[in-house]
Amino acid sequence: MLLRHTPKEIKERSALTVNPAKTCQPVGAMYAALGIHRCLPHSHGSQGCCAYHRSALTRHYKEPVMATTSSFTEGSSVFGGQSNLLEAIGNIFTLYNPDVIAVHTTCLSETIGDDIVQIISKAREEGKIPAGKYVIHANTPSYIGSHVTGFANMVKGMARYFPEKKAARGGTVNVIAGWCEPSDTRELKRILSVMGIDGIVFPDTSDVLDTPLTGRYTMFPKGGVTVERLKMTANSTGTLALGTFASLPAATELDARFKVGYEALDMPYGIKATDRFLDALMRMSGRMVPVSIADERGRLVDMISDMEQYLYKRRVALFGDPDQLIPMAEFLADIGMRPVYAVTGTPGNYFEERMAGILGDIPEAKFKHGDMFLLHQWIKNEKVDLLIGNTYGKYIARDEDIPFLRFGFPILDRVGHSYFNSVGYTGAMRLLERILNSLMDRQDRDAGEESFELVM
Amino acid sequence: MKRDNRTREVNPSSIKENLIKRYSAKVGKKRAKQIVINNPKSSPGQEIGANVRTVPGIITQRGCTYAGCKGVVLGPTRDILNLTHGPIGCGFYSWLTRRNQTRPENESDPNFMPYCFTTDMQDENIIFGGEKKLRQAVEEAYAIFKPKAIGIFATCPVGLIGDDIHSVARDMSEKLGINVFGFSCEGYKGVSQSAGHHIANNQLFKHVIGKNPAAPGGKYKVALLGEYNIGGDAFVLEDMFRRCGMDLIATFSGNSTYDGFAGAHHADLNLVMCHRSINYVADMIEKKYGVPWIKVNFTGADATAKSLRKVAGYFESAELMSRVEKVIEEEMEKIRPVQEDVKRRTSGKTAMLFVGGSRAHHYQELFKEMGMKIVAAGYEFAHRDDYEGRDVLPTIRVDADSRNIEELVVKPDPEQYRPRKTPEDMERLAGAGVTFKNYEGMMPEMDEGTLIIDDINHFETEALIEKYKPDIFCAGIKEKYVIQKMGIPMKQLHSYDYGGPYAGFAGAVNFYRDVDRMIGSKVWKLLFPPWEKDEPIAAMFISQV
Repeated sequence: MLLRHTPKEIKERSALTVNPAKTCQPVGAMYAALGIHRCLPHSHGSQGCCAYHRSALTRHYKEPVMATTSSFTEGSSVFGGQSNLLEAIGNIFTLYNPDVIAVHTTCLSETIGDDIVQIISKAREEGKIPAGKYVIHANTPSYIGSHVTGFANMVKGMARYFPEKKAARGGTVNVIAGWCEPSDTRELKRILSVMGIDGIVFPDTSDVLDTPLTGRYTMFPKGGVTVERLKMTANSTGTLALGTFASLPAATELDARFKVGYEALDMPYGIKATDRFLDALMRMSGRMVPVSIADERGRLVDMISDMEQYLYKRRVALFGDPDQLIPMAEFLADIGMRPVYAVTGTPGNYFEERMAGILGDIPEAKFKHGDMFLLHQWIKNEKVDLLIGNTYGKYIARDEDIPFLRFGFPILDRVGHSYFNSVGYTGAMRLLERILNSLMDRQDRDAGEESFELVM
Repeated sequence: MKRDNRTREVNPSSIKENLIKRYSAKVGKKRAKQIVINNPKSSPGQEIGANVRTVPGIITQRGCTYAGCKGVVLGPTRDILNLTHGPIGCGFYSWLTRRNQTRPENESDPNFMPYCFTTDMQDENIIFGGEKKLRQAVEEAYAIFKPKAIGIFATCPVGLIGDDIHSVARDMSEKLGINVFGFSCEGYKGVSQSAGHHIANNQLFKHVIGKNPAAPGGKYKVALLGEYNIGGDAFVLEDMFRRCGMDLIATFSGNSTYDGFAGAHHADLNLVMCHRSINYVADMIEKKYGVPWIKVNFTGADATAKSLRKVAGYFESAELMSRVEKVIEEEMEKIRPVQEDVKRRTSGKTAMLFVGGSRAHHYQELFKEMGMKIVAAGYEFAHRDDYEGRDVLPTIRVDADSRNIEELVVKPDPEQYRPRKTPEDMERLAGAGVTFKNYEGMMPEMDEGTLIIDDINHFETEALIEKYKPDIFCAGIKEKYVIQKMGIPMKQLHSYDYGGPYAGFAGAVNFYRDVDRMIGSKVWKLLFPPWEKDEPIAAMFISQV
């Protein structure tokens, strides 16, 4: 057994976290910043954080992940990191020439209380920021919230630094994409374009973290939302904030500063969350959903009805980030499955409120802000038929012999998430296909020779 | 990027000059010291700038002290419960991301490596201090997991807010009756992972080594230091020692256990693989217990053979030497045909290595065995002695950034100090070519005119590749896909790209095959779509539209 020390008996823990279902803020801020065109994320802390965060994202995407760091020493940790950041800004523009430097912080610079706004304005005074270039920032203390919080903070930073009010509304619609994959923002943009909507999707890591291999390396690939488009967000008809945890802070920022009304929605995973997304898009833009998308929905429903016998009442355990778990649990319930256990490491009451609503008619359902150790113990007490979560779930899946679906962040041991979308009806079809494949592969593996089926 | 098969004529001096030109005067001056055109013959004793602070914003490969301590040295030990005291990230990122394999003997033996234990500090712990939570976490960890030892690892904020992890460790040790010890490995200490190695060495030496008084049996007792069992390297070496008739009583710290550490001082010879990370322990064990150490390299077949002969030479036993020779002969017989086959495709190809604090040197052996040329190499965080050899140790100045890393004062143990060899023995052995307590470093072994770059950054990497167009580049995960986008095969020498083992004889064969596969991979011929290959026609066609 890999996790041989995980007992069935659950002891109350108040101080010890074991096998967390979250990581810390800055990696989220780094990921979000990569969704701006020609942006270099910058980690204001000691360099270990930056190395870890770049490595985590690189392993997830199998792509270059660029970021710089202030490389604190013990001296700067005591006397403040101003000179480190000033020097970094100078070096970054000289050597790498991004259009935007997006600074985030770590537990180190937050604990010592570095004032990033002041340092950036000093950099400007000292002429370290060339004309037409931007340095934006977000405070991302690792001891508050999780990587999702860090993502949300950096996206809010985008809404804080770039938007510029014009006299007339531009007719654009803002779509704050939430924490999703390059394949997902690509799909969101496709849906908007099919509907004839001029949507500003941000952050947008498509064509940044799924670039082609051509023999020519470009530090700043063609993807990412441009500064020009981010400026326009102040003049949009409205904002759709996908994923409350990741996107609401930026949406409220735009609303407070520019009176751009918003609707907070779930990430459009599964059928109902996609329905709501399209409905909101229609209301906000006055555009209709075209037949081609209605057909996609129909094919998804068709697929569910074709295969529902394999799904009915199958028990599922999930872990990951709240914006992902909420619509995923809803989708699982919609296709007849029983999402019985859900754990997120990201704090926030909204998760438990929503899960209570979605899983109200599954009396045995447990959902909690907790860690994977607790989830494993729940599973040991009563088995599930499917486990859904990031790569770290493979240890539980192997020990308990449970079919396993990789979903969320990070996925370190498979590809696909960056290339094939999970949002929208097409994404739901892919999720459903993968769920069925895991369950049916298991049925094939376990079936006796006499009941080994050719047709399923 | 078009690549030809000839080694390109490059002028390292002009490359260096062009690199420096792009920096600000201040940064240029610093980098100029860290970039050396290697001339071991024409100008021996060349000095390199190393183990100095990282330039902010330059895109370094480096990590931090916590990574060097918890991630590297202590991470591979299966039965010490490693508890990270800090916010969630540090524990999370060092959770199973280094491929230190371990093999408990029984299903019931402790193995905490698949777990991440952390205090997950929150803002109230930053404001009011985290000692209370740490104490509670240690209690909970003990109640659930019953480990024989708990290591506590400090992260950046711990030092700043003044949590005293060592007093918590002392108290808990007393209360629980197990060995609990702390590591003040805050990420900002020193300038790289290297400070973390030193801190890990000190604490292991103070709190664990020597705690087990019972000497294990065995005629030729050795301990292997600085071998972390990435991809099963240590398994290969364990097997090799067994076949040679040597008794490997401890490894720091691949496939290791607490008891192995605690009894490591019973060895008769310490073998140092990764000099950077573990030379401190090697020195301290020698001073306190009288166990000499030699530098070995089990990367590469010839290097492995040479190192084995060195060990056998030390024990001055004809029986051991003949077993060693037999193993070498058997292994070489298997290796030669593979070498010959692979060489037909790899001879004359070029490689660059920019890895950690040891492999950028060790792996050169493997490339040489394949007939390949190393055109440039460097370390992330090595010190001058790893580049220039230990002879320069007295001339190394500890700068302000590293001054606060503790140097333990070690004296011979009144009861347990037992010199394994008399001074006359040592002299005789030295005469026979067994050099003790010595490491010659990477630079003397590299060719004239090669480029040595310390703490290489992205800008320099890109320029190097453009100029040299090497056939393979070796570094880590952060560099991997950058290099490959340029159309150059990139071998990870930290994680081995999830392959390996690469150590010892069996490992050498794996490595030859992997490099041969990578260089010859058909994918590099698929880079250009057919419509781009036919450039003139396409251009004409478009121009006429």
